[in-house]
Amino acid sequence: MLLHRRELLATAAWIIAGTAVARASVITGRLPWHPTAGDPPTPVRPGPWQFFTADEAAAIEALADRIIPPDPKTPGGKDAGCAVYLDRQLAGPYGRRDGDYNRGPFMPAAKNFGPQAQNGPAADYRKQLAAFDRYCRAQHGGKPFAQLTDAEKDKVIADVEGGEAKLEGTDGRVFIDQLIKDIQEGFFADPIYGGNRDMVAWKMIGFPGARYNYLDWIDRHNERFPLPPVSIMGRGEWTPKAS
Amino acid sequence: MLDRATAILLSFAAASLAVSGAQVVAAAPDQQKFSQIERGRYLTTLADCVACHTNPGTGKRFAGGRPIETPFGIVVSANITPDTKTGIGGWSDEQFDNAVRHGVRADGKRLYPAMPYPSYAKMSHEDVLAIRAYLATIPPVHNEVVSDQLPFPLNIRAGMRLWNALYFNDAEFQTNPDKPPQWNRGAYLVNGPGHCGACHTPKTMLGGDKLSQALRGGQVQGWLAPNITNDKAKGLGSWSKDDIVDFLKSGHSRVATVTGPMAEEIEHSSSRWTQADLQAIATYLKDLPGIQAKGSPVAANDPAMKAGQAIYRDVCSACHQLDGKGVPHLFPSLPDSAAVRADDATTAIRVVLRGARSVATSPEPTAPGMPSFAWQLKDDQVAAVLTYIRNSWGVAAPAVSADTVATERSNLAARTD
Amino acid sequence: MDAEGKLRAVMARKLPSKDVVIVGLGWTGSILANELTDEGLDVVAIERGPWRDTPTEFPPTYAQDELRYRIRHELFLRPDQTTFTFRNKTNQTALPIRSWGAFMPPNGVGGGGVHWNAETWRFLPSDFVLKTHLTQRYGAAFLPEDITIQDWGVTFEELEPHYDAFERLCGTSGTAGNLRGQIQDGGNPFEGPRSRPYPNPAQKQGFGHTLWAKAARDLGYKPFPQPSGNMSKAYVNPLGVRLGPCTYCGFCEWFGCGNYSKASPQTTILPVLIRKSNFSARDQSEVTQINLDSSRKRATGVSFVDSSGVEWEQPADLVILSAYSMFNVQLLLLSKIGKPYDPVANTGVIGRNFTHQCMSSVDGFFDKTKFNFNPFIASGAIGMCIDEFNGDNFDHGPHGFVGGGYLGQVQTNGRPIETTPTPPGTPKWGSKWKQAVRDYYLSNLKGGSIHGSMYSYRDVYLDLDPTYKDRFGRPLMRMTIDFHDNELKAAAFMTDKYAEIVKAMGATHVVKHARKGPYDVTKYQTTHLNGGAVMGSDPNTSALNRYLQSWDVPNLFVMGASAFPQNAGYNPTGTVAALAFWSAKAIREQYLKNPGALVHA
Repeated sequence: MLLHRRELLATAAWIIAGTAVARASVITGRLPWHPTAGDPPTPVRPGPWQFFTADEAAAIEALADRIIPPDPKTPGGKDAGCAVYLDRQLAGPYGRRDGDYNRGPFMPAAKNFGPQAQNGPAADYRKQLAAFDRYCRAQHGGKPFAQLTDAEKDKVIADVEGGEAKLEGTDGRVFIDQLIKDIQEGFFADPIYGGNRDMVAWKMIGFPGARYNYLDWIDRHNERFPLPPVSIMGRGEWTPKAS
Repeated sequence: MLDRATAILLSFAAASLAVSGAQVVAAAPDQQKFSQIERGRYLTTLADCVACHTNPGTGKRFAGGRPIETPFGIVVSANITPDTKTGIGGWSDEQFDNAVRHGVRADGKRLYPAMPYPSYAKMSHEDVLAIRAYLATIPPVHNEVVSDQLPFPLNIRAGMRLWNALYFNDAEFQTNPDKPPQWNRGAYLVNGPGHCGACHTPKTMLGGDKLSQALRGGQVQGWLAPNITNDKAKGLGSWSKDDIVDFLKSGHSRVATVTGPMAEEIEHSSSRWTQADLQAIATYLKDLPGIQAKGSPVAANDPAMKAGQAIYRDVCSACHQLDGKGVPHLFPSLPDSAAVRADDATTAIRVVLRGARSVATSPEPTAPGMPSFAWQLKDDQVAAVLTYIRNSWGVAAPAVSADTVATERSNLAARTD
Repeated sequence: MDAEGKLRAVMARKLPSKDVVIVGLGWTGSILANELTDEGLDVVAIERGPWRDTPTEFPPTYAQDELRYRIRHELFLRPDQTTFTFRNKTNQTALPIRSWGAFMPPNGVGGGGVHWNAETWRFLPSDFVLKTHLTQRYGAAFLPEDITIQDWGVTFEELEPHYDAFERLCGTSGTAGNLRGQIQDGGNPFEGPRSRPYPNPAQKQGFGHTLWAKAARDLGYKPFPQPSGNMSKAYVNPLGVRLGPCTYCGFCEWFGCGNYSKASPQTTILPVLIRKSNFSARDQSEVTQINLDSSRKRATGVSFVDSSGVEWEQPADLVILSAYSMFNVQLLLLSKIGKPYDPVANTGVIGRNFTHQCMSSVDGFFDKTKFNFNPFIASGAIGMCIDEFNGDNFDHGPHGFVGGGYLGQVQTNGRPIETTPTPPGTPKWGSKWKQAVRDYYLSNLKGGSIHGSMYSYRDVYLDLDPTYKDRFGRPLMRMTIDFHDNELKAAAFMTDKYAEIVKAMGATHVVKHARKGPYDVTKYQTTHLNGGAVMGSDPNTSALNRYLQSWDVPNLFVMGASAFPQNAGYNPTGTVAALAFWSAKAIREQYLKNPGALVHA
């Protein structure tokens, strides 16, 4: 006799006044709210490169593994997902420099005047990686960076970083400085961004992650905080283990 | 606001005044009926007529047209402004009384108990006339309401005859001579105009009250209205009378923060009650015996408990604190929450998935909000953290399963409220 | 707007008149709105950015995201929406600040109050009469050339009840140092006399902060806990609004607070304000101009553009300009209110006495087997401080500079992208870098804060840029700013003092970062930009009288740090709020009864 509840519910729209208020252009009377309001992050999913070409990705992964080399205790930049992090960042608003003031005229300037270039990081990386690749191949008999030995890789990075090695059409020092910054950012950011896989960087240093309540620890001075790190999307212990 | 003694005196006065003019079709109110109108206004607040009979967002108080969700479908509230064409301006006082206390409309058709006439039946004739007198003073609003929206065969109102025979106790409130006046006042308010059982008493398949479970928790509009008896395991056993009074008055107390449809009730109704009436309610509710044995909590080393503990420590403790006790008047205490401990975990699941906002009242304007966790926690994680909070800090309740959470999640996806 | 997004000279749609229009709904906008609605006035607040609220914009489920909020600074203004141009000296061409660096302007309801540290200081009594005080003590010849410091026109004593009102509103957590003239143990012995203790006890301190304080004490200083707008316990303020206890999450400054424990307009005023029937707010609406009548001595209201690009006019009898300091000045310039400052001729007032801060820091690295600081357990305004080197608290005679600042071990976080320092000499990448990060993450002290003042100078100012335009086609505001020797000398001096304390703590490496010139628009050093529309007693050198009322347009009041004639060695918000309460009182008790100039110079 009773019809399916869904059909009954779907026949009308109703709002519960009191707590849920639709947004209006003028705010008055109560604090705006509706259920599930908010802007939670969308975690990066593993998958094909969204910005890098296969060759670029190989170079970035190899660079990440020299900037943050693997060791027995902690994975390196590649395994930690730093290249994935950078790929997704460059494919998104960061790569496009969304939100920056991008009106001309564009004039060269001293460093303390701030970046004045028209290009964003995505365009910069494309150009820089191409120049970097050309340099490596020229120095190493046609081999791209990813195929060099570790010692060769370190030398290339150091030379470009120090300015001894010049890249064609772009400032290699700026490239390496920014790359180091971006790779290390990806290493330490929340795993939802693609790097710091399994919170390896946080485990390395002892950072507990996205925790919020330390009231029982503020008075415990000079003691090691024992709880494992947690990401915005949680940690393994959040899921009940099948008994 | 009138205190109880004055209210009783006034009701006698109003009754004597009402005798002469009551049978006539209501015209403009007699200005000398000021006391009756004031009493009626307070009774209207007690009965919270405005909540159902006002379509939110229209600002047209009492003009009806609000769709009310029932387990059987949508019932639309009537226009009870004095408009003669589309409201009740053309009704006699007896027709009005018949509707409010006996469930029969002026055209002879029966009302559905979404209009809680089974509760309002406990009011007196004088009470209802006072309400009528007040309603006659509010601005008439032209608003044609089509009330009949239920699907066949539920739209056959004559079917309510059978329902009334089963479930409708058509009698005024009877004072219990063994109980003090404050208790009786509380009993009258809870079971009469306050119609608390309309939500808080579980219903049979046909929508009638399960009287043996009175006020021990009921489903309404996708929420679980919790047990409000003095049950230590499932109800308000750990609440003091002051906690109950504070909660009803301001939406907040030492241990609780309101949300959901009850927030609306507090805003329109109980926040405007007299202190004496709120204390009467508290006296009555605290005297309703608990019947639930405490039960043993789920074992701490149960996998769901361990997962729940991790989630609780990592996330929930930000507001509900490390000991689950929250912050008085701001973040609710979980072990003291009847909704958290209810066997039916609907409200707890809903709040975790959807977030929640409490209500701002003059004594407590903060209106804190809880965020939504639907995007962050999977079904088994929601189940785990709820199992944990329902079985920690000295309380016990059945574990929540991932399947229950999944069902609730998909039910909520269909809702717009 | 036209196709290019420029404003057209078309009649804007006119809204019904209000008693008061408030430009910008941050701290001062909220304070003024609450005061003036209490007076029965019909008030509308217009905010450029979005509505923000705790459970929806910064809940403790995703607020603790360093990349999103600290590195990409999502809560802040986008330069694309508006920015400034910058140059060090008048003879240079200013270029746009395309991406924020040295400071980060707020945007949205709550303004900077959403994501501030909540460091809640009072200025010193001498700060308010700085010119008189320093001239008396050291003689005019001692002061640096071209310094343009001024007295404020209001005294500490006059502001004291309003500092108190703000602290009560916020539940500020602290230890009093001077209670009605009696110096109190454990507090700041240099502070001006306060009428009452703080409404909340001081916050708890971590290991690093405590150890620093001990070393400071052993060196003869008098350390005290930083006054904090993070609640040391649950609190209910005089409006009945409740805050919860701070849980030392370490995601405070740059972030919204997820659990109602940081004082902000959202957690102290807005819940009460929004319920008043005589208050309404528009968000996502940018005020583009304050409109004047033909006499140019009376404001008729404001024009604003909504998020659809539609232009509106909001008439009002009283205009409160309460945007972030820089935007106040910008709006005055664009509305042609007050005479723009000319640094060469040394005339005009709008844009003069522009200042920032001169911040320095000291990092300490410690033996990880002996020291574990758990830097991630902290709040935004935690910290132990000493005030011996602030203001004129010490004899500057032997040192050849004026000014100073508090020294505070105020480490607020262990967020790894920004707080994984390595000792000098460590490579920036590779396995040595990785190991150094590992070795020092838990045993580094990176919160050393030297909060140096920046006094005002003739050649540091604001005006309109001749070249670069905003999205409406209007000129950007131009900052001309560089450090002067005075501030850099003070920085070096204080940095050395700080380093001594860190060394005394037992650091293995002490790394000094004394501020060096030139002013660098890429290096962050607080968002305490001040001046440009300063208060004072003389209309020739100030834009506002002592009640923050415009000398030129009596029905316009301009709140904010734009009123500071120079910056002191403290965070500004306490003083900004105290001035707002002070001004509100004058409006309620004097102006409304008799609208017109409150001061006749």
